[in-house]
Amino acid sequence: MRRGAGWWAAMGHRLSGLALAAFLPLHFLMLGRALGGAEALDSSLKIAELPLVKVAEFGLVIALAVHLAFGLRVLAIELLPWPARDGLRLRLVYLGLAATVLVGIAFAVSVV
Amino acid sequence: MAEGTLEVRIWRGGDEGAFGAYAVPARENQTVLDVVTEVQRRFEPSLAYRFSCRVGVCGSCAMTINGTPRWTCRTHVKRVAPEGRLTIEPLRNMKRVKDLACDMDGFLGKWASVGTFEGTATRADPPAAIDPASPARREVDAAIQCINCAVCHAACDVVAWDPHYLGPAALNRAWTLYNDARVADRRAVLDGALQPGGCHTCHSHGACTEHCPVGLSPTASIAGLKRAGLVSLLKGGRS
Repeated sequence: MRRGAGWWAAMGHRLSGLALAAFLPLHFLMLGRALGGAEALDSSLKIAELPLVKVAEFGLVIALAVHLAFGLRVLAIELLPWPARDGLRLRLVYLGLAATVLVGIAFAVSVV
Repeated sequence: MAEGTLEVRIWRGGDEGAFGAYAVPARENQTVLDVVTEVQRRFEPSLAYRFSCRVGVCGSCAMTINGTPRWTCRTHVKRVAPEGRLTIEPLRNMKRVKDLACDMDGFLGKWASVGTFEGTATRADPPAAIDPASPARREVDAAIQCINCAVCHAACDVVAWDPHYLGPAALNRAWTLYNDARVADRRAVLDGALQPGGCHTCHSHGACTEHCPVGLSPTASIAGLKRAGLVSLLKGGRS
C-alpha cells in the first residue's frame, strides 16, 4: 500500500519517540556519574567529546526536532479548528521537515 | 493509452488464493471496472466482483488497484497504469469472500454501531428549523455525503493494526449525528465515539482523507470528536 506524507510524519514521530525513550536511561546514567565526584564526571565528559558520540548527539538533536515538529502537527490537527475541510494540512508535515533540517544545520554549524 | 495490451493480475480466491494473469486489450476511455468486466466476460466467468451504478454513485465497486483503494468505475486505466500493468485485489481490512468481493459485515457493523438517527419530533411537530449557516450544521454538511464505499476503511493503517478500531467512516458518521440538532441523545453518540476503539485510537495519518473518492475529510471529523471529548472533560469531568 502506498503511504502518504501523514503516515511518514506519524512514523517519524513514533520512531523518534522510541529513540528518545532509549536515550533517556543513558542520559540518567551520565547524570548519575556526576554524583560519584568530579573525576567520574570528567571521564564521562571525555567520552562525550568522542567523534562517534558527537554523531550520536547529532542524531539525538534530529530526533528531538522531529518529535517536537510532528508532535505539534498532531496537536494542530486535533486541537485547532479546520477552517477548510479540504486537504490534509500536509503543509504542517513539510513545515516540520523544514524545521528539523534547520535545527540539524544549526547544530552541525555550532559543533563544527 | 491506445493500441496495445494490458497486463492484468487479479486476485482469485478468498483469504487464501493467488493472482490470475490476463491480457486485456487496451482501449480509449477504459476504466478499471471495464477491465474487470471484460476479464469476467471473456476469460473467467466465475470471477466474483461487485458493482452497480458504474458512475460513482453507489460506492460498491471499490477495490485495491496497484496498491491503492479506489472506485474502479471512476478510475481510468491510463491514470493509474500508464505502462499498462494493473494489479487488482479486493479492499484491505475486510475478510475476502471470493475473488474481488469482500465481506462488508465488519465495516457496516461498525458504521451502525455508532448510532442511528433517533430524533425527538413526532409527525405532529413542524419540521425542525435548522439554520443551514449554523456552525454545527456546516460540520454535518461537510461530512454527510459518505456513501459507505469503505475506501477509507481499507486505506486506514490503524484499522489494519487494531481490529476493534471503529474506523474513519463510522467515526465520520458519529460526527454528523453529534452535530445534528435533531438527534435526541447527542451525548450518547459522543460517549460511543469516545469508547476504547473510538476516535482516540486514530493516529491522524490522514490516509482516509487522502483516499476518500468523495473528497470528505474523516480526519477532520475525528479531530472534531476528539475536541468535543476534551471540551466535555474540561466542562463536566466526563470524557
